[in-house]
Order: sequence, then structure tokens, then C-alpha cells
Amino acid sequence: MVSTVPEAPVAGTPPAAGALDLIPRSEVPLKAKDFTSDQEVRWCPGCGDYAVLATVRALLPKLGIKRENIAFLSGIGCSSRFPYYLETFGFHSIHGRAPTLATGLSVARPDLSVWVVTGDGDALSIGGNHLIHALRRNVDMRILLFNNRIYGLTKGQYSPTSEQGKITKSTPMGSVDAPFNTLSLALGAEASFAARALDSDRQGLTEVLSAAAEHRGSAFVEILQDCPVFNDGSFDVLRKEEAGDHLIPLRHGEPIVFGDDGEWCVVRRGFGLRVAATAEVAAADVVRHDAYTDDPEYAFALARLSDQELTHTVTGIVRAVARPTYDESAREQTAQARGAGDADLQQTLYGRNTWHVN
Amino acid sequence: MAAQQPPAPRGPSHRARPSARVEKREQVVIRIAGDSGDGMQLAGDRFTAEAAAFGNDLATQPNFPAEIRAPQGTLPGVSSFQIQIAEYDILTAGDRPDVLVAMNPAALRTNIGDLRPGGILLVNSDEFGRRHLTKAGYGEDPLRTAEFEQYQVHEVAMTTLTAGAVEPAGVGKKDVARSKNMFALGLLCWLYGRELALAERFLAEKFAAEPDLAEANTLALKAGWNYGETTESFAVSYRVAPAALPKGTYRQITGSTALAYGLLAAGELSGMEVFFGSYPITPASDILHELSRNRQHGVVTFQAEDEIAAVGAAIGASWGGALGVTSTSGPGLALKSEGIGLAVMAELPLVVVCVQRGGPSTGLPTKTEQADLLQALFGRNGESPVPVVAPQSPGDCFAAAVEAARTAVTYRTPVLLLSDGSLANGAEPWMVPRLAELPRIQPDFATAPPSEGVAHQPYARDPHTLAREWALPGTPGLEHRIGGLEKSDGTGNISYDPANHERMTRLRRAKVDGVRVPELAVDDPDTARVLVLGWGSTYGPIGEAVRRLRAEGHRVARAHLRHLNPFPENLDEMLRRYERVVVPEMNLGQLSLLLRGSHEVDVRPVTKVAGTAFLTEELADAVREELTAKEPTARERDKAAGAVAAAVTR
Repeated sequence: MVSTVPEAPVAGTPPAAGALDLIPRSEVPLKAKDFTSDQEVRWCPGCGDYAVLATVRALLPKLGIKRENIAFLSGIGCSSRFPYYLETFGFHSIHGRAPTLATGLSVARPDLSVWVVTGDGDALSIGGNHLIHALRRNVDMRILLFNNRIYGLTKGQYSPTSEQGKITKSTPMGSVDAPFNTLSLALGAEASFAARALDSDRQGLTEVLSAAAEHRGSAFVEILQDCPVFNDGSFDVLRKEEAGDHLIPLRHGEPIVFGDDGEWCVVRRGFGLRVAATAEVAAADVVRHDAYTDDPEYAFALARLSDQELTHTVTGIVRAVARPTYDESAREQTAQARGAGDADLQQTLYGRNTWHVN
Repeated sequence: MAAQQPPAPRGPSHRARPSARVEKREQVVIRIAGDSGDGMQLAGDRFTAEAAAFGNDLATQPNFPAEIRAPQGTLPGVSSFQIQIAEYDILTAGDRPDVLVAMNPAALRTNIGDLRPGGILLVNSDEFGRRHLTKAGYGEDPLRTAEFEQYQVHEVAMTTLTAGAVEPAGVGKKDVARSKNMFALGLLCWLYGRELALAERFLAEKFAAEPDLAEANTLALKAGWNYGETTESFAVSYRVAPAALPKGTYRQITGSTALAYGLLAAGELSGMEVFFGSYPITPASDILHELSRNRQHGVVTFQAEDEIAAVGAAIGASWGGALGVTSTSGPGLALKSEGIGLAVMAELPLVVVCVQRGGPSTGLPTKTEQADLLQALFGRNGESPVPVVAPQSPGDCFAAAVEAARTAVTYRTPVLLLSDGSLANGAEPWMVPRLAELPRIQPDFATAPPSEGVAHQPYARDPHTLAREWALPGTPGLEHRIGGLEKSDGTGNISYDPANHERMTRLRRAKVDGVRVPELAVDDPDTARVLVLGWGSTYGPIGEAVRRLRAEGHRVARAHLRHLNPFPENLDEMLRRYERVVVPEMNLGQLSLLLRGSHEVDVRPVTKVAGTAFLTEELADAVREELTAKEPTARERDKAAGAVAAAVTR
């Protein structure tokens, strides 16, 4: 039987860590309130965005970098208001285009920690093209995709992650589109870092975001969250009593076992993976999670454990590998050209064939 | 009839010692035409270099199909290159060629209509067999028809002669065929008394890695020259003396190259890194290519996944303190419009280059037009004013690019730079400016909060320019948020307040209206009644037409608008000073619409949308009609609204 599942995961630091090394360190310790802007937060009561904002405000001071060297960019949608509520540099751009602005910024400014906040409509519908190309190029940016499986700001139309058959204002007979599997889309676009967390899981979200902050290249983080007004309870299967049977938390180097009593595990099946009862398989057959393996097939198989019913949803860092980043390569080329070429612009203007009129 | 055997080889010197009689010409227009794979553009380019080095004034205009390789020998596959060289300052590549080189029947058929009666026609007779004649739609050999008696026809077996000449190089059949453009170039050089040294040097460098090809092309080049010199088919050769151009150092330059250099210069003058985001599109891609091979000057070129990403990345880089630039043509400008609107709202510098082509939709990708003027001015949602600058000649694209960048940085605004296909691909001698003598561009980034405990105001404005503060990420104490939602005056926070929106909308307009532009200079030596007012690439044709009319004894004034937004302050006065204002443009009257709307004056549109520039002749005819018409009656003025429609039939 052919398997792409790695046999022995390697422990140690993530292969592409070190993104923060390029950024000036803060000379004074900072606190969450240093990252709180004077703007009143205006999301609906109960919105998952609040929890994410609190987690990010708590995380940023721990990164140890200067506040002014952090830039948050966003597109359009409820989540895209995020930058207004952070006391960093922020740019609330236009629908779906935040990764493009972040690309220009990241190339021009290696001294900044660049973050993109986007939603399922913003990133996967109108901005789908930019998302895949940012991931393909591996531009240094962290992309936080708030997935609530609905269009909230425009008051409740189905989104590219809504489950098929979804009844909304624009699909009163049920949507007929198949949804994206967000993680497999990102992996298909060659994401060097792909992770997922639940908005309400503060510890899990913090771990994932910390690793994303350190990752050199595009770090894709899907954050599952509810829209209490237009899609309440969308992720209840991952929150309620039997959530343990559906959530698969991943830890690099550890066997993938889940369930309240560890009664479930992940084992190989053909080219991919499947869920099995722990009691029914040999311990050696339980897959140990390896986020650092170069083979994307393994990460893809993890992503495919979930379907739109969320029966088996992985969380944590699915993949974190090192790949050359676009921004650094572009800067290297500039440096190389400067070193090799004649950098006297006046001479370039003259060119090689001039004549003089006296 | 031409002799068909290769001429005897000559010594190494190709100095002009013509056996034929020499005649002087003040100017000449030459067009070479062939299959799009025949290397016509390259041959034209090399002849241009020879003429430039000789000191002629010149202007060139290529014309090529949108298809990279249309089927060989067919009419749609014809590519041509026209050059006018003169001993005085000329402004266009000329209307009708005096000399036409046709490498095959299709090239003959598509171009012969333009050749002046009495003109010289050089054809590659090897290609005039039955098969190629049929492909071009000729039933019989046209050269044998009475119609061609009006031309000086020279049939030269270029393919055969080239094959014979390049034999020592030992290259394959395909490369032999590819060398015949050099034969044609050599013959043209002989005809106009040009040396071959430059072309030989060029070939040696171009084929440095393939010495056999260098040899083959050089042999073909010399064979062409020797053919003219040795055979007696040419009774006359011609000389065009150097032109008396203003003092300075010159080079030949295309509009695309000049524009790219202007952007590099703006980077140097401002001390900002140029970030150039672009998606490939004809006829703008050459700017991307030119910048990409000049990375040593610190420019970053980003080939984006689409037009929207290109403008988005440029805006992101601008926010970070780079000089953000994006380039495109009409269809791409449409895609970028939301991004440009964001830069209007965020009040960030951005240079948007639009190299106009025939539209709408995909339109005529390789042909020229000026029909994106209104799109540049108004093609966005909401009240979204941007300055618009239009260069008037290929070399002027340099200065226009520097100016666009200067305005963008000084006023924190997107600036539209409107070039077009004829400027981008056309070439002319260009007096190379001295960078050290150009004024610096001052970005004046904000560096610190106004004072301890006082909040930074990202939308605080300079009282003179109304430019807002530009605080870069990384500046301590100046953290702030911007975006596409309406901003509160001063703080830049989101504001839905009606009075604030009213105020900000008017502020953004006032800022652009207040961009300082020089007064419109009117050239009017004879106190004329009629003013010809153009913009962009019509500068050359209008200039030639006005010159011709004045030579005929007409009094006519001319002026050219470089700034389409804001207009020069004295424009209104100039429009009212003349009884008639004639406005030629390569669209259906877009500038006319603007002038009527903003200045409440009538104008006379002269319009053309044929994908090619105005001919001097047709423009002179149109203006002459206006000059000789009697005073307009009130009724005529009332009918002026119909003038656009009338002009279409012209």
C-alpha cells in the first residue's frame, strides 16, 4: 500500500520561523491596552470577532516588536473593520484586494510585520485570485481568514463556504453551489503555512497566531467563528457537548488522537487518511502529526477529513514549511542588480548611441 | 529591370562614393513593409539609428498586426515601419512614403495606396510567384499593370541575392531567409548615402554568441549596399543633410522607453524606491520590460496576477513610502478604477500610466486612439478627481512621467498619465536631460507627533497644497488607520456625518483643482482668428498641418494642452480670444465635450478613430475649411451640438 504519511516527524523549531528577526524590537514592554485604539468597536453583540480581537490584542505585545512596525490590512466585510480597533498602522482597503496591498507593502518594507484580515466572501469569492497568488508567491504576510460561512455585512447571503442547500435571502430554495474546503484550497495554492482555530479557543488561536507571526512567507490561518445575526450556531457541532468527537486538534510530533477519552484516532487509508476507533487499531498505526514535512499530500489529506458537515475538523498547524519568499527574493534581485549593473542613471539615459549638436 | 546576379564584392570600406548621380532632399519618408516575421521592425529601427547618428531630425511609426505570426504572406500578417528623416525639425513620421520597400505581394497590396505618385518602389521579386500573388489576392502580377507606371519600380531578387551573399557563413536555409531584411537595409543605406558601421556593430553585438549569424547578417547588409552601388539600376541616390537642432546631446528614443526612464528619474529625484506593478497588456508592456531590465536603479517590478492586483500592490507600496506606479491600457484602466478610487480616498501618491489603444473592449490592441480621456477623468464611482497629464511626443514621455510623479507625491493623489500607442512605439531624437539640473521631488514624510500628548492628525493638510500628512508605517507615535470609508476631516477616523462628507468631497476636489500647472502657451505669430487646440500625440500632426497652412498664407494659431485636469488657468481666456476653436482628437470629441462643459464655449471637433494618427494632409484640409468659412451665424452655433456627429463623416 502506498502512503504519503511521514513515518517519523522531526521535533524542533518550525522550518520557516524567524520572520520577527527582521523587525525592530520594542525597547519597552507593551501591554494589550497599548494596542487598543480610541475607536469604539462596532460589531454586533455576540460576534466572534470580539474574541479574536481580544486574542490578537493580547498576543501582539508578546511578539516583542515595535508597535509602529506592525501593519494590519483588510478588505471589505465585518471582519475587515478589524484594523480600526488596533493601535497599529492600519489600512482598510477594498473588497478582496487586501493581499495585493500587502504584497506591495511587504516587498517595499521588510521591517514591518504585515497582517491581512479577511473573511470568507472577501478572500474566497471576490478576492480568490489574489489569495491564491499571494500564497503561491509566498509573500511574507499573515492572512487571517474569519470564516463565518455567510455574508454578514450585506445582511445574510450565502458565501463560498456556506454548506450546499443553505437557505438564505439570495437562496430561498437552498444554495446549489458546493463550498470550498478552505484549507485544501490554500494547500492547493502552495501555502507554506496553513492552520485553523476556533474563535472561542483562546489558547489554540494564540498558539496558531504566534506561529503565524514567526513564519517567513505567507501564513494562512482560518478562524472559524459565528455570525450570531445571520448564521448563528454554524459551528455548534464543534462547540457543543459532542464536539470532542468532531474536533481533531493537531500537535506536531504527537499521535493524532481525539475524542473526550481519546477514543478516536487518524490512520492511513490508501493515498490518504481516515478516522478509526483507537481501540481497534494498533498504536503503531496511529499517525503522528508532522507539520514540517515537505509532502503537501499529507497536509491535504488532513484537510480532506472535514466536509461541510464538519464531522472531522482539524485544528492547529496543519503545515509549516520553508520556501523562498517573494519579497525577499525580489529584494535580493534588486541588490544583485545594483551590485552588477551600472547604477549611474544619467548614463542609462544617454544610452550607447548619442550625438552632439553644437 | 534589375540585374539578377550578385554584384562583385567590394573592399571593406562602405563610405559613400556613389557611382550614381546625387540629389539633395530636404526630407524623405520611407516605409518598409513585409511579413510580420520578416524583421521589418528591426530593419526600420537600424535605419533610424543610422539617420539619428547622421544628425537628421526624424520621427518613426511602426504598424504591426495584433497577431504575433499571422499566416505567412497574407494581408493581415503585414508589418511595416515608417520613418521620416529631414534636414529641419519635423514633427511626424510623414503622411505618404516617398520610398516603399515591399518584401512580398501582401505588403505591396496593403501599402501601395499610400505611395506618392512618382515614388520609388523596391520589391523583392523572388516573392512575386503565383502562390504569393494569390495569397495577397492578386490575379496577375500587379507590377506589369499600367497602374504601376506612375512609380519608379525596382524589382530586386532579394531572397536569391541574399542567399548568394551569405553562403560563406554556412547558415541554414531559415537563417538565410531571415537575413534578407538586412539586404533591404543595406540597399536603403546606399540609396541615402549612409555608412554601415553602426549597423555592423549592432549585428556583431546582437549575435555575439552566434558568430555565423553575425556573419550572415553582415554579408547580407553589405550585399544590399553593394547592389545599389554596383548595379546600374539606380540612376540617382539621395542625400538629406543633418538638421539644425537645438544644442545638446541627443539620442533616439521611443515613448515607452522615455516613459520608463522618466519613472526612474522620479525615483532618483525623490529618493524613493520605485515600485512598479503591472499586468502585461499591449501597448503598455514595453514599459514593464524596460523597467525590468533597469533594476540596478533600484526599481522593483511586480508582474501581478491581474490589473487589480497591479494597482493594489502599487498602493500598498506607496503606503509604505515607495513611489507606487502601475501601467496599463484602456481595458486595464477600467479594471483598476476601484483601486484608483481607493487612492483618491486614502490620499496616497500613485502614478497610473494608460497607454491608450483602440477601444471599446479589446478593440484594436496594436492601434492608437485617444478615447480614454473621459475614462481617465471620470471612470470611477463617486466624486473622484485626479490630475491628468498627457505627453505630446515620444521624448516628452520622460518629462510627463517626472511631472506625474512630482504631482502625485506633492499632492498625495493618484495621477493619470495618458500616453497612446503612437507615442509608445514612435521614436524621435531626444535631447537627453541632465538629472542634476532637474528639481528634486520632496516627499516630506511626517516624522513625529505635533507635540507631547497631542494626537497625530493623518488628514491634517498643508494650507497651500491641501496635501495631507503622509506618515509611514514604522514612524513611532504616528500609528493611524486609513481606508476607503469616508474620513473625518483631520483625524481620518470613519465618519458618516453628512456635513463632513460634503466638506471632504469639496476638499478633495479643491486639492486637485489647485494643482499648479503652467499657463497654456499659444503660438500665434499673425494674430489669427482661428485657434487649433489639441492634446497628447496629435501635437506632431497639428504642428505639421499648421506649418503647411501658414506656408499657404493662412493665419492660424495653435496651442496644445498637456494638462487635462486641472486645465491651465488662462485656458478660458484663450478660448474666448478666438472666433473659432478647432479641436482635433483621435476620438469622437471627448476634449470638445469637456471644453463645452467647463468653459461654455463652442468648439469645432475634428475627429478620427481609424487606429492611425492624423495625416498632415487631412488635418490641414479640415482646418482650412474652418479658416475659409464665413463668420458663424447664431444658428450655426445652435447646431454646434451636432458637430460631433458631423465630424464622424469627415
